Amino acid sequence: MKAVYTWSAILVIVCASVVGDVLLAHAMKQVGNVGVVWRREGLVAVIRRTLGNPNFLFGVTAMAVAFFSLLFALSWGDVSLVAPAAASLTFIGNAVAAKIFLHERVDRRRWIAAGLVAAGVALLAG
Amino acid sequence: MFAASGDSMLSHGMKQTGSISIHHLQAVIFAILNPWIAVGILLLLAFFATYMIALSWADLTYVLPATSLGYVLLALVARFLLHEHVSPMRWLGIALITGGVGFIAGGPEITVYSDTAKPVNQARAVAASPPFDAAQGKLLAKDARNGAPGARL
Repeated sequence: MKAVYTWSAILVIVCASVVGDVLLAHAMKQVGNVGVVWRREGLVAVIRRTLGNPNFLFGVTAMAVAFFSLLFALSWGDVSLVAPAAASLTFIGNAVAAKIFLHERVDRRRWIAAGLVAAGVALLAG
Repeated sequence: MFAASGDSMLSHGMKQTGSISIHHLQAVIFAILNPWIAVGILLLLAFFATYMIALSWADLTYVLPATSLGYVLLALVARFLLHEHVSPMRWLGIALITGGVGFIAGGPEITVYSDTAKPVNQARAVAASPPFDAAQGKLLAKDARNGAPGARL
């Protein structure tokens, strides 16, 4: 039964992480290059722009959901299973989401790599 | 390093706390009072800050694979510090995951800024954004407030 709980928590982690990552990536592109903004306007401006971005706040909320799901999963399963499995599935989900929502190029090379990652997850679960 | 050490400390702390029943969700809040979990959270915050900085100048599908080295560290920490059993199959799985993400990171077009497959979208992005030097990771225009190239959600 713990395996069901663990994998349910992993599924929630993956969904929340993908939503969070896409929103955060979009938010930081809107903020601009942190190094450039920091040198030009200071650290306070970087923090103000970042925290004032709605996408950042929604992204952090999604990440918080993923984090508490991670706590549940870690209380039920080994860290060497939960963390890599959740992270690698998140990686595949992010590749799909980045292609659809961020219009990033996900070519054959990247799909093959996603297959390798999926195989790795299957071995981890075995 | 921040992510791997943070996850390991969280794992150690949650094992001390014990299994949390789905009928006692408030136990998750009290779990934060555990020192291991508190330090783990601080380390993950450090990871988050550096992750955000990287996302400000690089593509999501570039930054995410770059963080995969944490899996290797995590496996080593789980095996030698947390004394968890990591079977050969799991080691192989971790190796495949690392190889997969390394495969992507070694690709020639790892950021949206060098995307030449969609000239229309690229032209639109360049027109809507300040000039960007992808090689140096610098915005060339004075005002970066309205975003870098690729901000096209």
